Amino acid sequence: MTHQPLLLRIVKEPMAVSLLSVLILAAFLVPMLNLMLPSDSAFHVPSYVVTLLGKYLTYALLALSVDLVWGYCGILSLGHGAFFALGGYAMGMYMMRQIGDRGVYGNAELPDFMVFLNWQELPWYWYGFDSFGFAMLMVVLVPGLLAFVFGWFAFRSRVTGVYLSIITQAMTYALLLAFFRNDMGFGGNNGLTDFKDILGFGLQTDGMRATLFFLSAMAVVTGYLVCRFIVDSRLGRVIVAIRDAESRTRFLGYRVEYYKLFVFTVSAVLAGIAGALYVPQVGIINPSEFSPANSIEIVIWVALGGRGSLTGPIIGALVVNYAKSYFTGALPEVWLFMLGGLFIFSTLFLPKGLVGTKAISDAFEEQRLRLAKFLRPYDYAEGGEGR
Amino acid sequence: MLSKTLAMRWLVVLSVFIGLGFGSSTPAHADEFSDAVQALNADNNTDKAAAIEALSATGDERAATVLSALLNGTLFYRQSDGLVVLSKESGNVTILIDPSTMNEVADVSGSEAKKIRINNKLRGQLKGVLGALTLLSKDADKRQNAADEVFKANDPSMLPVLQKAIARESDPDVKGRMLRAQAAIILEYSEDTAARLKAAQTLGEFTDPDISALLGKIANTSTDPEVKKLAKDMQDSVEGRLAAWSFLGNLFQGVSLGSVLLLAAVGLAITFGVMGVINMAHGEMVMLGAYTTFMVQDVIRTHFPAAFDWSLAIAVPAAFLVTGAVGILVERGIIRWLYGRPLETLLATWGLSLMLQQLIRTLFGPTNQEVGNPSWMSGAIETSTGLVLTYNRIWIIVFSLAVLGMLALVTRKTMFGLQMRAVTQNRAMANSMGIRSGWVDALTFALGSGIAGMAGVALSQIDNVSPNLGQTYIIDSFMVVVFGGVGNLWGTLVGAFSLGIVNKFLEPYAGAVLGKIFVLVGIILFIQKRPRGLFALKGRSVEG
Repeated sequence: MTHQPLLLRIVKEPMAVSLLSVLILAAFLVPMLNLMLPSDSAFHVPSYVVTLLGKYLTYALLALSVDLVWGYCGILSLGHGAFFALGGYAMGMYMMRQIGDRGVYGNAELPDFMVFLNWQELPWYWYGFDSFGFAMLMVVLVPGLLAFVFGWFAFRSRVTGVYLSIITQAMTYALLLAFFRNDMGFGGNNGLTDFKDILGFGLQTDGMRATLFFLSAMAVVTGYLVCRFIVDSRLGRVIVAIRDAESRTRFLGYRVEYYKLFVFTVSAVLAGIAGALYVPQVGIINPSEFSPANSIEIVIWVALGGRGSLTGPIIGALVVNYAKSYFTGALPEVWLFMLGGLFIFSTLFLPKGLVGTKAISDAFEEQRLRLAKFLRPYDYAEGGEGR
Repeated sequence: MLSKTLAMRWLVVLSVFIGLGFGSSTPAHADEFSDAVQALNADNNTDKAAAIEALSATGDERAATVLSALLNGTLFYRQSDGLVVLSKESGNVTILIDPSTMNEVADVSGSEAKKIRINNKLRGQLKGVLGALTLLSKDADKRQNAADEVFKANDPSMLPVLQKAIARESDPDVKGRMLRAQAAIILEYSEDTAARLKAAQTLGEFTDPDISALLGKIANTSTDPEVKKLAKDMQDSVEGRLAAWSFLGNLFQGVSLGSVLLLAAVGLAITFGVMGVINMAHGEMVMLGAYTTFMVQDVIRTHFPAAFDWSLAIAVPAAFLVTGAVGILVERGIIRWLYGRPLETLLATWGLSLMLQQLIRTLFGPTNQEVGNPSWMSGAIETSTGLVLTYNRIWIIVFSLAVLGMLALVTRKTMFGLQMRAVTQNRAMANSMGIRSGWVDALTFALGSGIAGMAGVALSQIDNVSPNLGQTYIIDSFMVVVFGGVGNLWGTLVGAFSLGIVNKFLEPYAGAVLGKIFVLVGIILFIQKRPRGLFALKGRSVEG
């Protein structure tokens, strides 16, 4: 195993390089094209497209988080939508508090739905959400804590495989039911909406939309780097070993449950951040985000893109969601057939996903070799092959 | 045709009367009964109430017919002369009948006959009066209903009729109900402490929420301390018995939910337990079964309406065959490529479930389809204690146990069952003994799917048949299988019924949603203790 710095290792991978540079480029270019060009210019990016792309990018981050646990540690979580939604709710609660007395009922102390339900005072768990810093802390802490507690119990008692998948599904289902209840104090069926601004900047302004897009793109890049750092580390090797032969890894003396717990918690935090970026861009968060079907759909983004590679899920999430937006608009009848077919097709014929298909991986392998030769010409000089 | 000629005849008669100079607007018969009937066509409700009182006081047996017609809105008056008539549907013509003679009057066009209007207060009075009148009826069932009506109305003016009826009553059951009605009236309206105490004592022997409410009212409002105390005691004893009955009711609800879960989960237990295949499309197999029922009923309705009661008997094997065939296709087409990769199977079958849902939605539309109950499944056993056991629920409990029993027989006593168990325990060894494990897999999957289809037939009787039917059951059935343990029919049985019963007993305290959340959290915690369910497989196959 080489001990080169992270960036140098990534540079040697053409696929990662291409993807990351496209993301970074887009992070700067799209807001610029949106804000600086007049709206009749051919290169102008309309605001709704900025928001739509921003939404896809938060999905990409979510897919990345699922890939970290599933692709690298073999834990198929069918409940990652719950962490995403919890992050979103934390962000939503902050934005609800920001509305202040601009709501329909003009109550400075209580959000509209609480006034509507005749509540007299703010429940204790809403305290602190008027501070942006506290809310951001909760975006990370709440999904992380849930994942930690859930994982603590599940991994210690060695719940694995499909059993784990099913109880993660039960977890998100239970949360779905809970958040539907009005008494929970999270807006019940309607969820949280009617947001006005973040830190005093209006959500509807082009500047805010562009900023959120920029943040989402950078979050995906950062998420990639974090995941990359984890899976390339010594710890990452153990995690892959757990995926491939859990019992053997345990017998070698590794405390399997702690490794799993670590990855699961990190992954949940990433999902929570994705949720927090998602909510201001779509303007609503409601309990349907907890629905088990949503969580399974995330898995298919990863499966299609290619699990066990960090570029795959990002590509998968972007491709599937673009297709979804297109087909649900153009041919709504066909979309579920396509999505269903995608599940079957990618499990049967693309076990390694799009990035793992021979055509694509060969093309990039060629690039990689060419790059390697360029960087270290002496290693590849005649007779020097296979140092 | 008949009514038309009759009408002609009456027109002739009428013209003769007019010709003879009897053109008066009052009807011909002038006795006490007809006067009372005629008085019903009064201008205001106070007069109508008096007329109802008078009509019931005549004690005439025709009074009940007229009064119930008034209650049902089939009592009319002729606009020309104000004659009160009953209307009766005969085929698709409405004929009008003179209540005094029970002869047809004339077929008056709709605009000529006007309905006699009543308000809710009059309706209440009518119900009570009718109850009292039918207390003396010859039919025991009618008397029993009347006694219940009188009890509900709790009107002291009925006491004399009631006492007369009690004196004449021979049927002990009906008499008991009459005594209950009498006791209720005495307890509430009598001034005599001794009689009231006795009445409270009588009422205390019944188990009925209404009586508990009445006793509670007396206990709170009575000024007589003795009555007050006894009413309170009696209420407590009634409440105690009611609680026991409601426990039974909950138990039935729980067992019923359990049987539904069992039906939905048992097919899953086979595919999951025997083959290690997570079939997320299992719910859609249930849905296909329900749609098969709909199709079968549709054909029967249009071609053999008389055989409708047999529709389920045809639908059960039909659903088994349809979903079983789909199961074979799915196994041969998709699942057999994914053995040993349970998580991939989960995803592929999820995709399949989305496609099946959309297929049904495209073919049948997204709305609910109408599936009827055969006559032997509608209705319920009701007791006076508030316990309601609907026949369809009872039949589903029976059906679920029958399915489980058949399945146990198939796995234990048939060649196929033997091969199935052999493949479960050691696939390689079974192969070398000459068992074609590929076919066993396909048939096992078909069996699991077929059972899901039969579950769909049962569920179509109690749930909406829509493309989303399967979705509502899939998570619950997984919970049952995971809770009960894989590869064991007993586990599924115990799992289904315990989840059903726990759910229904939590509901009154926590509400339906919170109860369900508790159950889910409970299962998540339970899995920590017993990661392989209640009845876990032991030994080598565990790690497989």
